[in-house]
Amino acid sequence: MNSAHHYDVVIIGAGMSGLAAGIRLAHFGKKVCIFERHNAVGGLNSFYSQQGRKFDVGLHALTNFVRPGVKGTPLTKLLRQLRISRDEFQLAEQKRSRVAFGPNGETSLTFTNDFAVFESEVAREFPGQIDGFRALVATVRSYDDVSLDAKPVSARHVVRRHISDLLLEDMLFCPVMYYGSAEEQDMEFGQFVIMFKALFLEGFARPFDGVRVILRTLVDKYRAAGGERRMKCGVRRVITREGRATAVELDDGAVVTTDQVISSIGAPETERLWSQPAGHQASPVGALSFVETISILQRQPRELGWGDDTIVFFNDRERFDYVAATDEVDPRSGVICFPNNFNYENGQELAEGVFRCTCLANHAQWQNLPEASYRQRKAEWFQVIQASARRFLPAVSDQTLQESLIATDMFTPRTVEKFTGHLGGAIYGSPRKHRQGTTSLPNVYLCGTDQGFLGIIGAMLSGISMANYHILRG
Amino acid sequence: MTKEDTQQVVLDIIADVAPDEDLTNVKPDVRLRDQLELDSMDFLDIVMELRKRHNIEVPEADYPQLASLDSCAEYLTPKFEALGK
Repeated sequence: MNSAHHYDVVIIGAGMSGLAAGIRLAHFGKKVCIFERHNAVGGLNSFYSQQGRKFDVGLHALTNFVRPGVKGTPLTKLLRQLRISRDEFQLAEQKRSRVAFGPNGETSLTFTNDFAVFESEVAREFPGQIDGFRALVATVRSYDDVSLDAKPVSARHVVRRHISDLLLEDMLFCPVMYYGSAEEQDMEFGQFVIMFKALFLEGFARPFDGVRVILRTLVDKYRAAGGERRMKCGVRRVITREGRATAVELDDGAVVTTDQVISSIGAPETERLWSQPAGHQASPVGALSFVETISILQRQPRELGWGDDTIVFFNDRERFDYVAATDEVDPRSGVICFPNNFNYENGQELAEGVFRCTCLANHAQWQNLPEASYRQRKAEWFQVIQASARRFLPAVSDQTLQESLIATDMFTPRTVEKFTGHLGGAIYGSPRKHRQGTTSLPNVYLCGTDQGFLGIIGAMLSGISMANYHILRG
Repeated sequence: MTKEDTQQVVLDIIADVAPDEDLTNVKPDVRLRDQLELDSMDFLDIVMELRKRHNIEVPEADYPQLASLDSCAEYLTPKFEALGK
């Protein structure tokens, strides 16, 4: 083994959490290297180019947005810990978003980055529930959601103590689940609190140039701090001796020795890197995956008549079902995103209109399709998903939309698994989270999705927390 | 190294760890936590920056000694002197 390739810490995966962990470790003098199998950084929040056009994956909006001067929230903690100035992220705030339920969105709750708007909307649509809603918000505000050893409690159970109207309950769960739950139908209350704060009490923002602005900032910080990075070079095995990790074997067969390992690739994915001890309870692979359609338009969504919604969470049935689709796609509910509808600095507008729709999908169904029918099914579902979503937007004729359409793209659970390595295309990972980030090896830790802090800001905080807790404080 | 110098070292670190805090009127005899928004993550960073920049180790049991600028000066100045600074 070559001592030139010995690291204090090896990080597996150059997503948001791995990069954030890397910045902390490199800043405090650790010799650290990030190994990434893909050719681009970002993991679940990345971007790609197609015909000279850049598409974001993952990021609809950065959640957890607070304005300058608001302290003690995840965004502020993250900026401090990574020594990033908030200007570097170039965040522009959302215009307004909605939760729209009913066959044509008859019941609707608007929210913005000003929580009072959401509260007054709840009072308007559900006057009998407003006291319970306020009590729920008080519970959320006082909950210690970053505790690493909180006892798991059902969020449905806690919410029902305050809210008795099932429609309101589902309208609160829909956005929170779509933006981070790895669990079907319910979630752990701590996870609910993280997402409720991130979406409603804090808010949405986006850099004009999308997720790559954030990734570029992280990569630059990491490099400046002295961190090393190897792309197109995944870790295929963790080598152990006497119950500890001593090295990692890379995809090209090379072996790199290390004192400690942080893995951001997910719990089930990490557990497969070495043989687990007898009696080890394997982390379940997440069942929830998604499809997303993207339409690029000549005009701004507003000019087509779609208004200025930033994000719309929709559901057409009486109850909201957050479960893996039984068919390839479940178009009954979903999320619409218009990246155009943020208040960009100096009134700037994106050069093209972008209309994105996300729905729940079934990984196995997509995985088992032969190549020819895979393409055909994609094309068919594209139409179904868009038609479903458009019911919740002001009417725009097919002809108007068609005339403005420049390009389309779509990703499926198959695409997610292929490019992120997340088994089952499970964007939010395993339903079982590992708050402490521990594994069956004492010097291998988890960070990212399966550690359990959610969203982009959560992912970065996860990397920071695990680097602090397991390595820097030690 | 005077106690004033030590206080400046600590203030310089806080300015980097928490750039969004206004440090112009920090009172040396008042707990830092009572006048600035600093959480345990920030305090850990102050300790780690002391190690990184000045080779000064602060064991966890001594963290309470860093409560105010005055107590920082009392506690850290002899450590700087021991390093010949």
